Amino acid sequence: MTDQTASANMRAGSMTLSLMPWIVAALVLVLLPQIFTANSAITIMNQMAITIIFALAYNMLLGQGGMLSFGHAVYMGVGGFACVHIMNMDDFFASIPLVVLPIFGGLFGMGLATIVGSFSTRKAGTVFAMISLGVGELIAACSVIIVAFFGGEEGISGDRTYAMPTFGVEFLQQIEVYYLIAFWLLISAALMYLFSRTPVGRMANAVRDNPERAEFLGYSARWVRFYSFVASGFFAGIAGGLFAINYEILTEENLNATSSGTILLVTFLGGVGFFFGPILGAIAFTLLQTVLSLETELWAFYAGALFVATVMYFPGGLAGLIMMHVPAIRLGKGSRLILPYIRTLVPAAICILGAAALIEMIFHYRHAFAGDEEMTLFWITFNSHDVLPWIVAVGLTLAGFFTARATAPALLEAWGDANTPDRMQV
Amino acid sequence: MTAALHLDGLRKSFGKTEIIRGVDLSIERGERHAIIGPNGAGKSTLFNLITGRFPQSDGAVRLHGNDLAGKAPYEINRMGLSRSFQITNIFPKMSVFENVRCSLLWSLGYKYSFWHMVGKSRELTEGAEAILEQINLTNRRDLPAGVLSYAEQRALEIGITIAGGANVIMLDEPTAGMSHSETDYIVDLIRKVTEDKTLVMVEHDMGVVFGLADRISVLVYGEIIATGTPETVRADPKVQEAYLGEALEAEH
Repeated sequence: MTDQTASANMRAGSMTLSLMPWIVAALVLVLLPQIFTANSAITIMNQMAITIIFALAYNMLLGQGGMLSFGHAVYMGVGGFACVHIMNMDDFFASIPLVVLPIFGGLFGMGLATIVGSFSTRKAGTVFAMISLGVGELIAACSVIIVAFFGGEEGISGDRTYAMPTFGVEFLQQIEVYYLIAFWLLISAALMYLFSRTPVGRMANAVRDNPERAEFLGYSARWVRFYSFVASGFFAGIAGGLFAINYEILTEENLNATSSGTILLVTFLGGVGFFFGPILGAIAFTLLQTVLSLETELWAFYAGALFVATVMYFPGGLAGLIMMHVPAIRLGKGSRLILPYIRTLVPAAICILGAAALIEMIFHYRHAFAGDEEMTLFWITFNSHDVLPWIVAVGLTLAGFFTARATAPALLEAWGDANTPDRMQV
Repeated sequence: MTAALHLDGLRKSFGKTEIIRGVDLSIERGERHAIIGPNGAGKSTLFNLITGRFPQSDGAVRLHGNDLAGKAPYEINRMGLSRSFQITNIFPKMSVFENVRCSLLWSLGYKYSFWHMVGKSRELTEGAEAILEQINLTNRRDLPAGVLSYAEQRALEIGITIAGGANVIMLDEPTAGMSHSETDYIVDLIRKVTEDKTLVMVEHDMGVVFGLADRISVLVYGEIIATGTPETVRADPKVQEAYLGEALEAEH
């Protein structure tokens, strides 16, 4: 009896614990635009929030349900296109507040997912991946065929300000749109989290782990996959509706395989194993895409390198990297890792930055206009045709590499030590 | 009274090879029935035919009088038949508690619900905890099932199999690869959890079979050569010749 009350208390405790992240997230969302007030920052945050919703929706398939989709952009895209069409229905659009528009995007995304899911979710694995790729390409190709809906190559555009004002707000300014998107981000993320705690959400994990066993427990693996797929289509459509509100234009780009590939990359980068993984991935990727692309033309190259490194060395993604440290911190030995980390990661960072400098210099040397020999890198301006900068870059790269390699065994040892309970040591 | 499980002229061929060559068998409600036989006799195939993992080539399987032909495993499970596997078949990445909870979902009527919160359901939590108590894994509750010891995983497998409240339980070699003490633990467990249920098991360990079963069927080359109480089967000269003599000698 005491056992039961104890475990009940523990569960009640975890309930308040599990509410905390949401309150913090809401506060952060409210406060962010007060800290980053520039218009460009708000633009980036809007894009980030939309990507977060899409990545979370995508992870309902990849992480929760074990379905690898290569064509998920179409559900977001179709939701977005539908919303732009609604924007252009003058009378109807004027009679609804803009805040509810994403629901229509969600319903259209869900409708398409219901149709496609009815045949694509019969099998997981390669069959599912191939069907998703085929359907994705098919619908992307439709954009130039069904011009009435997709608007051909130039896409379709609308004007969000024609909606019925919500409490007098007409969404003329970016900041107003930000709060609308943030509102939907919070709602969608919470709903997707709650979905993962429902019977069908739990069985999605079970089917991912072992579809055959799930069948012998009374669940059809196919229908479990189908419901996840439909739910994922709904939230992807919500993201599409928010995209339509934010950019007021949708084109073929929102449907094609590049967009589908990007969301896979974002989700994997963040980590598919944890609910918050895709959130980290979307934040990191949007920063790469926006901030890094201002600094260098080669940003996609670095993003690709990061993705390959993630797949090869950190298959758990950013979330996995963070959660890896939980056992050490639980043992109260997390602080023992700080110094070894500094000793290895600082030289490693120098090595990576040195290598990036070399890549940039090669790029400048080969591609700058004839006579333009001056380049700026890390706030230093120099002549890319001189020998000295090359020597410095190569020297830093090698020095960083060998220092990191020399200190790595110590880090590994510290890692082992931090993850072993003290009583194990004699 | 209709039999819990009734096999009627059941046959299965893979290509030209006939693995199950006409099996007739009737298992009463509440009976503990063991199927024994030499390696390659088709015991696991017979299990897979009954549970809908493969379609049969000919004949019929009836569960409480209902024909199972063409039914998918999940439909058969909903009709009250549950099975374990020879190779441990659990959800390795999910916690032990969640493994059991998942196996309760359908039988408690949650179906494909996306409006219930599993964490808030008292009957799910308490039901799963009761099963964990029964299979002695309460102290492993929150570990990922994949890290349990072999015997613990087998116990969990049995827990998952019985959790749904099915009245026909089929266990495929529940003690395979276990030490003596582990086997005793599992046999006690099986006896405890199959109280008032129909049990069909495939087993190699003769100690387990003769200790647990009410009736035994001997399957040799896809045919049942004898069915009866442990004493009659032990005394049957055909069985002695085909199989049991050697097995009993090896046992002692």
